[in-house]
Amino acid sequence: MASSLKCDLCGKSATVHLTQIVNGKMHKVDLCEACAQAKGVTDPGGFSLADLLLKASLNPEETIQGSECPTCGFKPSDFKKLGRFGCPQCYRTFEGMVTPMLDNMHKGTRHVGKVPHQAIERRSLLERVTELEGALADAIKTERYEDAARVRDELVQARLAISKPVGPSTGTRATPARS
Amino acid sequence: MKIAALLASPSELTDTASSKCAVVLMTRIRLARNLAGHSFPGWCKEAQREAVLERCREALGAAAPMKRSVNVPVSELTELQKQILVERHLISRELSGSKHGGGLVINRDQTCSVMINEEDHLRIQVLRAGFQLKKAWSQIDSLDTELEGRLDYAFDPALGYLTACPTNLGTGMRASAMMHLPALVISSQMEKVVRAVNQLGMVVRGLFGEGSDASGSIFQISNQTTLGESEEAILKRLGSVLQSIIEHELNAREKLLEADAPKLFDKIGRAYGILQNCHQLSSSEAMNLLSLLRLGIDLGLFPEPTRALTDRLFIEAQPGHVQAAARHELDSGQRDALRADNIRTEFASIARPDFSLHQKP
Repeated sequence: MASSLKCDLCGKSATVHLTQIVNGKMHKVDLCEACAQAKGVTDPGGFSLADLLLKASLNPEETIQGSECPTCGFKPSDFKKLGRFGCPQCYRTFEGMVTPMLDNMHKGTRHVGKVPHQAIERRSLLERVTELEGALADAIKTERYEDAARVRDELVQARLAISKPVGPSTGTRATPARS
Repeated sequence: MKIAALLASPSELTDTASSKCAVVLMTRIRLARNLAGHSFPGWCKEAQREAVLERCREALGAAAPMKRSVNVPVSELTELQKQILVERHLISRELSGSKHGGGLVINRDQTCSVMINEEDHLRIQVLRAGFQLKKAWSQIDSLDTELEGRLDYAFDPALGYLTACPTNLGTGMRASAMMHLPALVISSQMEKVVRAVNQLGMVVRGLFGEGSDASGSIFQISNQTTLGESEEAILKRLGSVLQSIIEHELNAREKLLEADAPKLFDKIGRAYGILQNCHQLSSSEAMNLLSLLRLGIDLGLFPEPTRALTDRLFIEAQPGHVQAAARHELDSGQRDALRADNIRTEFASIARPDFSLHQKP
């Protein structure tokens, strides 16, 4: 039977079933009588499924409400006040909060467009150098001199690559997420 | 280069006879960029903001397209200089009000300006007179690529360029055109146009962005979304929306001429009369009159060279520019008088409108 569906908000048996298309994506919501009333679903003018979905999917945020960005100390409650994040890392920290927002905000949820190849390459080289420096120190400490010599050569190469300017990246683009 | 010298020298907006296109006054593209590992300016400690300012000023100073540009902390600018820069669309009101760590780099011809520590670490902007989306994009793309070689941009493969506000994620690009739409305003079609444009994912604002009014029938149309679409795709979509608005505006002009040409000519003729004879003129009245005059030029009532004058006065009629021309403090009444004097003088030599072109045989 169709009525075996549960209310998305409280889990009681659902009697109101809604389908709405937002930005070309279909969203379905099932609600019980009481929740439908409470969310104003019965008032077609004032109701947006998108809002409801957004709020429903934001609920998990309650669980990270107390957490803060390890890099900059930003809290989810700060976002409510400012409408802006604290640092680039916040997008990782609060991923659960960001993802549902993007659906309504943008045309897609994945970046298609220019990519800063030079900056990315430089950063990965720097990470490689740090990694090799650690390995070198480790090899010397444990008296693995053959390894140390090999790592040292790699380190010289990596440092050399950093000092060289990276080639121009004009015209290069990320692969589109979908064709 | 010093800021005072820059402000006194010719700029893209005030000295380019822009217009092969009658309707689009100027095109702008801005990119929002941030440095990895630093908090966004709004959440940053003062010392960190200063450090970001230094790094960005240095990188911009070394970038070839910004050679011999003005490169200053905002704190070194006077209130009046900041106001003039806002009126020329080179900086935002937010940056002009910023207390610590704000910076500004503007190239010599004032086509390119970079705001440091506004909402994002970098707001790069290219501004070109007329309808120039492609040219503006290629200019800003190459500067951005050059900066990327010197600065570690905050970037995520899925979310693109990371920005303080999630509405700018992805490309971080906002492209806009300043459009002169007097016929759509006169024939009360703007509301309809705004609605249609919104449905196509574009935003319509007044002359100075969010919340500003549309005096002079000038509107800014820009893309709303930045994630999920490439720069080229966004620009192509915006370009076709702009093209269709141009067509609507030109149609509306035809219709106004067909339906009641005398009424339209009366408006334009009166505007000319006031501009030539006024002694008190507020900036918003000046904008509205200049707007009618520009419409008259488009309709062939005034000779084409009048256009460059009108476009220059759109900027020079703004309060900061009037104040700067005076060289001493003015209250708003004195400004209105001086604005009227300047415009009267400029228009003294402009020939009367020639309506014969449109007279029915």
